[in-house]
Amino acid sequence: MAELTMVEALNLALARAMADDETVLVLGEDIGRDGGVFRVTDGLIDRFGPERVRDTPLAEAMIAGVSVGLAAQHMRPVAEIQFMGFLYPAIDQLVNHASRLRTRTRGRLTCPMVLRAPFGGGIHAPEHHSESMEAMLAHIPGLRLVIPSSPARAYGLLLAAIRDSDPVVFLEPKRLYRAPREEVFDSGEALPLDQPFVLREGDNVTLVTWGAMLKETLEAAERLAAAGAECTVIDVATLKPLEMAPILESVGRTGRCVIIHEAPLTGGFGGEIAARLADQGLLGLLAPVTRVAGYDAVMPLPRLEEHYMPSVDRIVTAVERVMSFG
Amino acid sequence: MDRTVPGAAKTGRTHAILRFLRPDGTAIGGLPGFASDRKEMAALYRLMVLTRSFDEQAIALQRTGRLGTYASSLGQEAVAVGAAAAMRPDDILLPTFREHGAQIARGVTLTELFLFWGGDERGSDFAGPREDFPVNIPVASHIPHAVGAALAFKMRKERRAALCIFGDGATSKGDFYEALNVAGVWQVPCVFVISNNQWAISVPRAVQTRSDTLAIKGIAVGIQGVQVDGNDAVAVREVVGEALEKARHDHEPSLIEAVTYRLGDHTTVDDASRYRDDAEVGKHWKEEPIARLRAFLTAEHGWSKDEEEDLLTEIREQVEAAVEAYLATDAQEPAAMFDHLHASLPPALAGQRAELAGKDGGDG
Ligand SMILES: Cc1ncc(C[n+]2csc(CCOP(=O)(O)OP(=O)(O)O)c2C)c(N)n1
Ligand SMILES: [Mg+2]
Repeated sequence: MAELTMVEALNLALARAMADDETVLVLGEDIGRDGGVFRVTDGLIDRFGPERVRDTPLAEAMIAGVSVGLAAQHMRPVAEIQFMGFLYPAIDQLVNHASRLRTRTRGRLTCPMVLRAPFGGGIHAPEHHSESMEAMLAHIPGLRLVIPSSPARAYGLLLAAIRDSDPVVFLEPKRLYRAPREEVFDSGEALPLDQPFVLREGDNVTLVTWGAMLKETLEAAERLAAAGAECTVIDVATLKPLEMAPILESVGRTGRCVIIHEAPLTGGFGGEIAARLADQGLLGLLAPVTRVAGYDAVMPLPRLEEHYMPSVDRIVTAVERVMSFG
Repeated sequence: MDRTVPGAAKTGRTHAILRFLRPDGTAIGGLPGFASDRKEMAALYRLMVLTRSFDEQAIALQRTGRLGTYASSLGQEAVAVGAAAAMRPDDILLPTFREHGAQIARGVTLTELFLFWGGDERGSDFAGPREDFPVNIPVASHIPHAVGAALAFKMRKERRAALCIFGDGATSKGDFYEALNVAGVWQVPCVFVISNNQWAISVPRAVQTRSDTLAIKGIAVGIQGVQVDGNDAVAVREVVGEALEKARHDHEPSLIEAVTYRLGDHTTVDDASRYRDDAEVGKHWKEEPIARLRAFLTAEHGWSKDEEEDLLTEIREQVEAAVEAYLATDAQEPAAMFDHLHASLPPALAGQRAELAGKDGGDG
């Protein structure tokens, strides 16, 4: 067992998937000799060759579209979009093709592809490199949306995504790429998709989040515990399809819920979870469901970035507020 | 074959449009081997007539409220049928919404086509060509799929090719260029066929691009482009056949511009008289592909009046039977919209499906 970064864990999962199944191939910009700009595909070209570790021309719609064609022809492409900010041209392929190929052919053609993209802020990246636009993707029926929050979950969820028979968008929080490290066992075992992970149990408040915000959320839970408020922390992990059961179960116990995400507040995925709680868990609530989110502002350049990102302080304040009810 | 380049000096055009049959059906020079095969030529002709008959019936059904919006392929039958006739069964077709003839030639049944245009997904669950793609509607977005599928063939060392058809309008999109470009880099067994019918709804070819031909768009990406008379079924079949061979054996992609003309409205909700002159359409009727092939068949193969009548009767019966089967097909159960959303329905969606099925499932 080794202590790995998320980048190393993702690399391990890709290598494992490619070794296990010769229909798996990776493609994208600079993913071959260079190993990807974040090194997620480092060394794969030496092990599996340039046919299966395939540098592409610079064209995102094409990368996604070619992946649809490969997947319809029984391959399992894992495409990398270099940054989420450059994923938008590929959305046409996701909405109009990948997500509906099975439906529109009644299962005759399928689309077992994975589209990976680093996303999120907090690493002082240039303009267009820091947004969190996951809610746009969560709106697409027929598409799975998975976001890991630790090296071990990245390993297990990426394996699951690759083995799944349907398209998965796999967003990697790049703020977690190099730290923290975690023990990752190359067991070849996938983690379940469509299931949130309960990372901490507490009876006072339920904190729901995903991706890099787990870091601040767990820190806030720690600080609050010292002050006597015990939090359950849930990592949603698969945003679409959204399995509410563990969230409803926890909020049924705590009566209080704070949802945290880096993405802008309005139309953010937190709104969906809040609406489900209002619909299915209202009678158990002791306080309003609250969101701590990025502002409805254009993601600022690095100098103001830290003021945009939800902080531990903002989470603690939100929890204190919901604790003040009842 | 006619390889003259009219006005070459003025346009700088280096390639002639390839043509074997003049609009009156007479041969220009030496013909490809299959053109002397009476059975094969009659089969090609039959598919084109069947396509036009399907087309007429589809429009009639739409006008009487029994089919959805429909895109006619009137006048373009030689491109679709000629291209598909050059394919092998295990090649794959990636068509647009106007290539009914190609689908029919591939073995998609008329009932399946009616079902699709009548608003039922089962129409794309072809019993025949199981690996062909369904009809593509977001213009040009299927072109990269052809490259992906062709790459899969190449990686598996299968001698198969992907044939992708799209319109002149599609060549203005990034998808077209992105796909062509990567096909050139990777050398995949892919044939791109432009059915240039001169119009993209109301936008004429000249407003689409200043490029002299669409075929020369291959030059920038290192792919050979040829222009063929798209109303000459013999030429389309020959040129596409050659390109498919190059694809299967040498992994060499190619671009073929088949020059044709859309004789009908864009779709059943379009009124082309708003933007184009009847005189222009009338002129193009003189070059339409079915009369041309019939004249050739009559002159070269002694195609008789009796044979023609028998064919029309047989086709009428086939189309009528397909309409009957289509109209007799029950709608799917409402909950069927969830049946192929994923390989198996995620528990998180069970509630929504149950609601639709009239069972008490609560909220999903
Ligand atoms: C991306 C996209 N934009 C617009 C449309 C609406 N539309 C449908 S067909 C069409 C014209 C297509 O022209 P062309 O590619 O020449 O094909 P044709 O219809 O002539 O066969 C348009 C604009 C569409 N389906 N997809
Ligand atoms: Mg057109």
